[in-house]
Amino acid sequence: MIEIQQLTKRFAAHTAVDGLSFTVAPGEVLGFLGPNGAGKSTTMKMLTGFLAPTSGTARVFGHDIQRDTLAAQRLIGYLPEGAPCYGDMTVAGFLGFIAEVRGLKGALKRQAVQTASEKVQLESVLNQRIETLSKGFKRRVGLAQAILHDPKVLILDEPTDGLDPNQKHQVRKLIQSLAKDKIVIVSTHILEEVAAVCTRALIIAHGKVVADGTPYELERQSKYHQAVSLVLEQPVDVQPLTALAGVAGVEQSEDGLQLTVLPEGDAVIFPAVNALLAAQNWPVREVNVERGRLDEVFRRLTVGDAA
Amino acid sequence: MMGLSVVFKRELASYFATPLAYVFLVIFLVMAGVFTFYLGGFFERGQADLQPFFNFHPWLYLFLIPAIGMRLWSEERKSGTIELLMTLPISRTASVLGKFLAAWVFAGLALLLTFPMVITVNYLGNPDNGAIITGYLGSWLLAGGYLAIASCMSALTRNQVIAFILAVATCFVFVVSGFPLVLDAFNGWAPQSVLDAVSSLSFLIRFQAISQGVVDLRDLLYFLSLIAAWLAATAVVVDLKKAD
Repeated sequence: MIEIQQLTKRFAAHTAVDGLSFTVAPGEVLGFLGPNGAGKSTTMKMLTGFLAPTSGTARVFGHDIQRDTLAAQRLIGYLPEGAPCYGDMTVAGFLGFIAEVRGLKGALKRQAVQTASEKVQLESVLNQRIETLSKGFKRRVGLAQAILHDPKVLILDEPTDGLDPNQKHQVRKLIQSLAKDKIVIVSTHILEEVAAVCTRALIIAHGKVVADGTPYELERQSKYHQAVSLVLEQPVDVQPLTALAGVAGVEQSEDGLQLTVLPEGDAVIFPAVNALLAAQNWPVREVNVERGRLDEVFRRLTVGDAA
Repeated sequence: MMGLSVVFKRELASYFATPLAYVFLVIFLVMAGVFTFYLGGFFERGQADLQPFFNFHPWLYLFLIPAIGMRLWSEERKSGTIELLMTLPISRTASVLGKFLAAWVFAGLALLLTFPMVITVNYLGNPDNGAIITGYLGSWLLAGGYLAIASCMSALTRNQVIAFILAVATCFVFVVSGFPLVLDAFNGWAPQSVLDAVSSLSFLIRFQAISQGVVDLRDLLYFLSLIAAWLAATAVVVDLKKAD
């Protein structure tokens, strides 16, 4: 259990994190979302004991990160932003060092290093110096370091930043495979990632929580939730669509071939739209019901109505 | 203090992971030899002791020890690994001490490699080997003092060159604080007790006593408390500056 209460961090002129409160229970994969500079990394740095909060508390399974720092840190595996590692060490040497810090010795240490490097596919570079590795490998060394002691709490600051699509997929699979009884907090600004791995999404902006729910709940807030999108063979007059009950409006692409029919509130408009399509005998190539667009919700919540 | 030994081992190994260790050892040994034989007139003096060897250590260390110490913290800050180190379950004291001890042991290793000097002087005459041992001890303590200062300066900045220059300058003040260069600044307005206090901070005077075979408990305490004070300052500075 992670309990964060009224966590605040002020730097000289601005407030990076402003009275943040939330709790995370074991088994949850929390996607920590927000624009750059929203306070994601600062929150993670306070949660891991790197930065001292200006006020407020963070507790990791009952251990206050300020007063009982080492006990809390023992439970946490942390991948800092940019995955810093000691470049002059070999991968095996570095992971061995982390294992020793985590109190693992001898056979246990070898076992932990081997398991962690297998999980992120590092076996081929174990004896190379970290500074000679590509960005993707470096990131995976950072991940291996974080999961090495099989921590109860895993905090990953932008774990897939700089990885190619295949590597991103692997990292997501890794997170899903870990998640069963652990607390995982992943910060990201890639929204597809949230839908793919997280059980809960927390959006922050200007250091405050602006949304907290499952990815599905967030999608429901989108004006595209339950919207019907159509791809047509040739442009048509959209007037009959806008006239349907429950339709808030129709968005049209420039060539008029792609239409998105937006519902009013939670109205379910697909049957009506479908019936109209059949009646009008329009040349339709594709019909889709949208789940909702996270990026639209994200923009609306973090930029406000100004956008 | 399990964290201390792990940090110590990693740090000591990191000296040998790059050419740094070898370059340093070679330069140190060559310079020590040059100072002893040419500037110190080892042969010309015709005395069976290592005074010409030890006499130059405060000056040799002035540049070489900050070169070992400058990377201790600024490198961690520059590469961001300080965030990793500070979020691992290692206390700050253990990190500061572990890093310092690694550098100090490395300096000690460099010092031990000057053993041919001891063999030479024993071959040529009958030196007081007890004095030589205390000389080595004093030299190592002196290196520790320089290193503790360098460690603190290294925590102040993420730029190693700045850390080096700050460390050399601060060490220099401590070396010459018994000399007119520093004392004249206090002469005339400060009471005698202040003058005495300032001159008693001098590395040079303390070191000369030990290197001549006189082990005064006060001199030992001086070096150890100086190291402790600068390491405590390092811990404070690391805390203040780590996130910059």
